[in-house]
Amino acid sequence: VSKCVCGKVAVHPLQHCRRYASAGNSGSAAGKIVAASLLTVGGGLGGTILYAKWDPKFRANIEKSVPYSDQLFEMTLGPPPPQFVPLQKKPVKVEPLQISSVSEASKDSKQPKAKGKAKDKQPEAAPVEPKPAIDETPAQSPQTIEEASAEAAHIISAMSEVPSVPAPVTSYEPATAEPEAQTLSPGQPAAECCSECAPDEHALKERPVEEVSARLAQQDQAEQDALAALSADLEDALGVSAKLTLQAIGAQEVALSAIGKHTHKLREAMDSEDPPDKKSAQWRELEDALSDRTRTVDQAGQALLQAKEQLEKLRVVIDSAKGSKIESARPQILAAEENLHSMIVDLDKVVTKVQAAQSEAKIVSQYSELVNEAKVQFQRELSSITPEVQANWKGLTGKLSADDLNSLIAHAHRRIDQLNRELAEQRVREQIRIEAALEQQKQEHQRAVDQAVSTALQHNREELRLDQEKKVHEVREVMEAEMRTQLRRQAAAHTDHLRDVLKVQEHELREEAQENMNSKLMEQETNYRRLAQEQLDAFTLDMNSAYARLKGIEEAIDSHVIAEEEARQAHQLWLSVEALNYTLKTAAADSPTEPLEDAVRAIKESCAENEFAQALATALPEESLSRGVYSEASLRARFYGVRRMARRVALIDETRNSLYQYFLSYLQSVLLFEKEQEAPPVKLAPQDLDTFKLLAYATYSIERGDLELAAKFINQLRGESRRVAQDWLKEARLTLETKQVISLLSAYANAVGLGTTQAP
Amino acid sequence: MSEKELGQKWDRCLADCAIKVGAGLGLGIVFSVIFFKRRTLPIAFGTGVGLGMAYSNCQNDLSSPYLLHSNTTKEQ
Repeated sequence: VSKCVCGKVAVHPLQHCRRYASAGNSGSAAGKIVAASLLTVGGGLGGTILYAKWDPKFRANIEKSVPYSDQLFEMTLGPPPPQFVPLQKKPVKVEPLQISSVSEASKDSKQPKAKGKAKDKQPEAAPVEPKPAIDETPAQSPQTIEEASAEAAHIISAMSEVPSVPAPVTSYEPATAEPEAQTLSPGQPAAECCSECAPDEHALKERPVEEVSARLAQQDQAEQDALAALSADLEDALGVSAKLTLQAIGAQEVALSAIGKHTHKLREAMDSEDPPDKKSAQWRELEDALSDRTRTVDQAGQALLQAKEQLEKLRVVIDSAKGSKIESARPQILAAEENLHSMIVDLDKVVTKVQAAQSEAKIVSQYSELVNEAKVQFQRELSSITPEVQANWKGLTGKLSADDLNSLIAHAHRRIDQLNRELAEQRVREQIRIEAALEQQKQEHQRAVDQAVSTALQHNREELRLDQEKKVHEVREVMEAEMRTQLRRQAAAHTDHLRDVLKVQEHELREEAQENMNSKLMEQETNYRRLAQEQLDAFTLDMNSAYARLKGIEEAIDSHVIAEEEARQAHQLWLSVEALNYTLKTAAADSPTEPLEDAVRAIKESCAENEFAQALATALPEESLSRGVYSEASLRARFYGVRRMARRVALIDETRNSLYQYFLSYLQSVLLFEKEQEAPPVKLAPQDLDTFKLLAYATYSIERGDLELAAKFINQLRGESRRVAQDWLKEARLTLETKQVISLLSAYANAVGLGTTQAP
Repeated sequence: MSEKELGQKWDRCLADCAIKVGAGLGLGIVFSVIFFKRRTLPIAFGTGVGLGMAYSNCQNDLSSPYLLHSNTTKEQ
């Protein structure tokens, strides 16, 4: 041992030396290692920091993963750069709106300019959508077409005023007033309707429908009146002129006939060589005829004048009627014009006829004058020759002498010669005269032709004009009809639209009303239901409370009955249990009690419906019922024998059970001295499971009257001692069981009795 | 009564012993007289046999509750 100690002591400093000796070498190696590791770590750290400076994401990652690295980074690099949050949510929608509005405004501003050029209504009068479309085309027409379409424009504008009234266009009326005034002014002859409209233009407000219709009616009425007046005038004038013209024509014809007659008569008178009385008659007739002719001619001339005057008047009236610009008078005007024209034509024809007749008559009269002159000259000559022969020489045929006759014949011959000479002269001059006459005739003819041509032209022009007017009238009528149909269509569309709108409105209103009604109805219903429910609830509550009280009373009574029943039963049970208890006491010293069967039966009968008692009654062991149980005292007495035996065979068990062991065990029991009674501990330890100890405890317990504890201890015996104590144990168990059940029963009976007894 | 059982066993045992010893003795005597020329050997032998048998019987009787029977082992 000392060697070892010395060896140990000797080893130590060597070891120390060895360590010191190798310290130098190892120091450099360690230093190298330390330096290398430091370098690596430093390099890694520096690289990380640099990269974190460059890449903020990496820095964030490192900060997240490695704790306290954010502090390091903050120290070296400064705070992390701020994050870029996308803030590009600027509302850009305002601008498009503005732009659109601006464009709209520019569009709007452009449109009035463009429209202003066309002198039309501005498109902001948009509520009356179809109107501007219609207004445009008719509004443009007044500028290009003359008065007739100006009337149309006027009428259209007047009418467009009217439908635009229901829609509030108040702000645009001054603007509309201007173009309307402008459209009206260029094509406006002064007429009543326009004059009516003009004052209205400046005082335009939203007119109510009745006013509009009144105004329309007024206009219509005025038109009607004017028309009536015009037509009356026209008719009057026409009638008068027709009459006069007819008169004139009649007069002219009469004149014509008179002239013809006169001429005829004159010719007759000239040509015929009648006897003087007839001649005088003829001359008288002729004079009559002449006078007649002059009269008729004068009359005709007068009539013609009158007719012409009337026709002029008629023309004036027609012009005025035309100027009045009433559409419906147009056909009348046209008819009047036609009539006028025809009358003029007739008159002219008749006048020409008369003139022709007159010229013819003039020729004839000239001829007759010449003849008369010749006659008169002849007469004069004759009278100069034959002075005695006076006037009517024709009747003097018998009176004349031969001389007279000769002189007369000579005169006649001389006259014949003269006439022949004159004739020859005339024949010579004839040619010249014929030429001159032809020239004159040509000129006159030319003049007549010219005049005829001019009159014909005039007539033609008149006719053309009339035709044109007629055509215009027709076209106008057609246009009017078309316009009317279009307007009718529009009116129909308007009515349709109105109808639809009204329908929709009606529907909406009806729905609203229905909803209202429904809601009100629902309200009322819920109210009613609520009230009914409340009533019902109250009633139910009352009923329930009454019923509950009734039930309570019934239950109280029942419980009383039940309680009494129970009390009776409890009493019975108690009695039977007491009987059982009493039977227990019948145990003699060494014999068991009487069989408990009867008493138990009695208990079972007495508490037939009590399950607890039944259970308890059946829990009694069979032996006790049939044979009875031993009393405690007997058991106690018996115990000592058992104890003795158990002590003797304390050593015997399964392993040790030879005779020798028996001897030993007996010896042990004789030699072992212990207390007979020993107080058992509260808790049994394993060493307490010795036979003798157990027996001591059991003796102690049984002396204290605790059979149960004694039985427990005896139950702990093992081996032969247990076998020996078996019967005693069984008996003890029986007794204990019985006693327990009976005590339970009695406790139960007592409890029940207590429970059922009612406190006063 | 279980506590009386042992006493009964002992009674039986003693009775048996007496019988056996007596029978052994008798037989011993008989044998010794007849066959073994009055030696004490058969007597002793007989008595011994008788005692032994009695002892064995007594032991068996007393330890009979602890014997495991074949039917119980079968059940086990």
